[in-house]
Amino acid sequence: MLGGQLISVLRREIVEEGDEKGVNSMGIRFVLLVNKQGQTRLAQYYAEHLTLDERRALEGEIVRKCLARTEQQCSFVEHRNYKIVYRRYASLFFLVGVDNDENELAILEFIHLFVETMDRHFGNVCELDIMFHLEKAHFMLEEMVMNGCIVETSKSNILAPIQLMEKAS
Amino acid sequence: MNPFSSGTRLRDMIKAIRACKTAAEERAVVRKECAAIRSSISENDQDYSHRNIAKLMFIHMLGYPTHFGQMECLKLIASAGFPEKRIGYLGLMLLLDERQEVLMLVTNSLKQDLGHTNQYIVGLALCALGNICSAEMARDLAPEVERLLLTRDPNIKKKAALCSIRIIRKVPDLAENFLSPATSLLKEKHHGVLIAGVQLCTDLCKVSEDASNHLRKNCTEGLVRILKDICNSPYAPEYDIAGITDPFLHIRVLRLLRMLGHGDADTSEYINDILAQVASKTESNKNAGNAILYECVETIMGIEATSGLRVLAINILGRFLSNRDNNIRYVALNMLMKAISVDSQAVQRHRTTILECVKDSDASIRKRALELVFLLVNDTNAKPLTKELVDYLEVSDQDFKGDLTSKICSIIEKFSQEKKWYIDQMVKVLSLAGNYVKDNVWHALIVAISNAPDLQGYSVRSLYKAFQLSSEQVSLVQVTIWCIGEYGEMLVNNVGVLQVEEPMTVTESDAVDVLESCLTHHSTDITTQSMCLIALLKLSSRFPPSSGRVKEIITTHIGSVVLELQQRAIEFNSIIQRHQNIKSSLVERMPVLDESTFISKRAGSSQANISTEKSNQQLPSGASLKLSNGVAKPAASPLVDLLDLSLDDTPVPTSTSNDFLHDLLDVGLTNSSSSASGTDILMDLLSIGTPVQSNTTPENGSSIKGFNDILPIAKPNTATVQVVDLLDGLASNGSHPGAQSPVHPSIIAYQSSTLKITFSFTKQPDKPQVTQIHATFMNLSSEAYTDFIFQAAVPKFIQLHLDPANSNHLPASGNGRITQTFTITNTQHGQKPLAMRIRIAYKVSNQERLEQGQINNFPPGL
Repeated sequence: MLGGQLISVLRREIVEEGDEKGVNSMGIRFVLLVNKQGQTRLAQYYAEHLTLDERRALEGEIVRKCLARTEQQCSFVEHRNYKIVYRRYASLFFLVGVDNDENELAILEFIHLFVETMDRHFGNVCELDIMFHLEKAHFMLEEMVMNGCIVETSKSNILAPIQLMEKAS
Repeated sequence: MNPFSSGTRLRDMIKAIRACKTAAEERAVVRKECAAIRSSISENDQDYSHRNIAKLMFIHMLGYPTHFGQMECLKLIASAGFPEKRIGYLGLMLLLDERQEVLMLVTNSLKQDLGHTNQYIVGLALCALGNICSAEMARDLAPEVERLLLTRDPNIKKKAALCSIRIIRKVPDLAENFLSPATSLLKEKHHGVLIAGVQLCTDLCKVSEDASNHLRKNCTEGLVRILKDICNSPYAPEYDIAGITDPFLHIRVLRLLRMLGHGDADTSEYINDILAQVASKTESNKNAGNAILYECVETIMGIEATSGLRVLAINILGRFLSNRDNNIRYVALNMLMKAISVDSQAVQRHRTTILECVKDSDASIRKRALELVFLLVNDTNAKPLTKELVDYLEVSDQDFKGDLTSKICSIIEKFSQEKKWYIDQMVKVLSLAGNYVKDNVWHALIVAISNAPDLQGYSVRSLYKAFQLSSEQVSLVQVTIWCIGEYGEMLVNNVGVLQVEEPMTVTESDAVDVLESCLTHHSTDITTQSMCLIALLKLSSRFPPSSGRVKEIITTHIGSVVLELQQRAIEFNSIIQRHQNIKSSLVERMPVLDESTFISKRAGSSQANISTEKSNQQLPSGASLKLSNGVAKPAASPLVDLLDLSLDDTPVPTSTSNDFLHDLLDVGLTNSSSSASGTDILMDLLSIGTPVQSNTTPENGSSIKGFNDILPIAKPNTATVQVVDLLDGLASNGSHPGAQSPVHPSIIAYQSSTLKITFSFTKQPDKPQVTQIHATFMNLSSEAYTDFIFQAAVPKFIQLHLDPANSNHLPASGNGRITQTFTITNTQHGQKPLAMRIRIAYKVSNQERLEQGQINNFPPGL
């Protein structure tokens, strides 16, 4: 137990030190799907453990910030100590929280890849598909991102395990 | 039964939740559902457990507590079937986090699944481990993950690689175990494995210097080959995005190359060619291509690139900057911030474009551009840039004005070479956005005007003109009022007219009009109104013909409901009525405000507390009224911030200094015979400040109690005598509350087993803020001290001036003394008690010793 504490102390030091050098940089911190009304439709946080209240506050804040922006404005919003890269598809907003040194344009591309993957699976994906098949949306995301890092970018590779399972059942 | 299509009840629940019209209805539905799930769990209903978890995931997403489902997830994970495991792991990742003990229970299941024969089950376990593992789990399961890195299946390999990232972040010592498997991942063909491997290498570089040296030596070539292959590869439908093969892999490789090339000339040279190829060949008409170019530019900026390559990079940024897509312009601005440290000349070339971006309609772009402009300002371009920004201030959004104003003000302050320019620009900013100007900024302006005798007339005239046009900007109004009060006659008599000025005639009554209109305007705040009253009083002496009118105006405020204004009005009224003979000397012009004091004060309190700034500003003006010609302020002596103690806001030590207090207690406890517990003493110590402060009222009982509380710290035998002294002093103090110059008793400021310091105090009756302290040092040990140095630190509201000590040699056993005198100025005299931290360094038979202490027992009234 004591060992554990020591390690956690050590780790904290490393993390704090690392913040400057970017050791602690996670890449993607969270992926959030929100509809036009600001209701959360999917939320996945990486390495960031928020309590329910913190989560609600955070989601409220960023949704208010992003939804108020017009089409012409750029897709990046700085919030607290990180950035939000967002993209709108019809009534759905895809919001991805990333570290400041992350490539924003690549994240835009990643959002598009996620949407295309869901499109291929559901066929013209809409908000209801994601609501009623929340677990599948999560499975796809899980195949694409692990611990905030992108792990797979080929749509067929992402969908293979999901399709395999559907066939089996 | 299929868990993913049998969700009829899940569907029903979602429908029910969607049908809710109010938040209260939704809560009711969720509560009902949760109750049903709980009872289903307690009945151990296996058939429904996966569906329950799916529901809980939805409920969790809506932001309701779902902790009761955690054990159910563990059960599902432990079951044999893939679908159950799958939903179980997903639930685990969403509903749990590493702080929960439940996680300990899952380690065993994870270990079993990592060794499973089915690759999909192994993949699930890796994914879960990669997302949620704690440091303990990382240590337990690292060998399994290492083993999986070497399997043949690419799907397992890529997940194992990302899982390793989590492990080495949690336990950096394990990094070396992963070094050689990570290196071999870079030789793979599968893009998923490559991207995961590259990211693992990047993280290895971050945690260990050895790893980055190893990778630099062994992997640079491989990475360059990967980049070459994907650059030149023919159409690959699987990974193609807008005609570019796998931009994500491109970006990750470029990022790793940046880490390897950073600060290493050989590696940088080696990758120069490929970077040039990527930078020149990548298509820039699609977002994916721009993402690669953006990353490539960052890498070029981050390594020891050749100048040709850097020019290429800056040109790409120039192209980005003129792009119509706001996203591209945003990243260009972002990147130029980093480029400025590499090649500021090249960035300067884009200044006009960047300046245009400050005026963009998009807040994100404006913010970036403004920060960049701020970095671009130098002595040569400060004037035109300031002009542009000030011009824009007029039309900018309300939300943006705050940021813009503070940046403009700091540019003006930082780069003003001539005072006239500074005053001109400040007046402009004040009249355009005076409501956004921070208090310390306009205070600085007043200080500057007071220090420029030849520009005072000009300043007050331009302020008067500006005021006529924009009287709703609070800080402009305040500066104008102050200047009219001080330099009113220069306004009316046109003193010191500069050649560039347009002649203007202002009568005495015009000047009084300004003050009267401010005083009576409905939106004026109390501070401004008080300033108006002072200015009016000053004008009544400068403009004798108008004094009748001034008196009338002041009289109307005698009945003001605001205490501050009422008091001022009554005081000023009696000055006008009864003290005509001394009035002119009372309201003389303020002595020149000391610029260096102000600047050091401002720098010292970076979180510029408005209230203290205000009192700083008003204290001298108040003093000038009462003490005829103000108090000459000694220049601030550089504070030796020994222990970084800030007593600014609280007279008692704050919680941050608790550790230090414990140290102090240790010293005290070894000497004291009392068996009081540590916390009691701490409480006593903390309460010292309070009784000392309230000492002016003759409540001897409480004061004595306060001083008795100090007793445990001091050595009993000497302290008793000392306390009697103290009380004597207090008693005399208490019985003569009206005494002219109180005699302050001397104190034992510090005592340890080796050293005793006594302070005695003298004060000049006309300067209550200034105290002279004579410190006497006595050696209580049996060995002589050499190289004796005494240092002291005081809170920011106190100024300290140390005179040299009479000796640095202190003979043993109290056979000799060192004395040292120092002067203390308490700028918050009467509000805050003195406090001091001390450090004494000396050598005993050539060995260095250090003692530290805190003095809180200063007699009251210093």
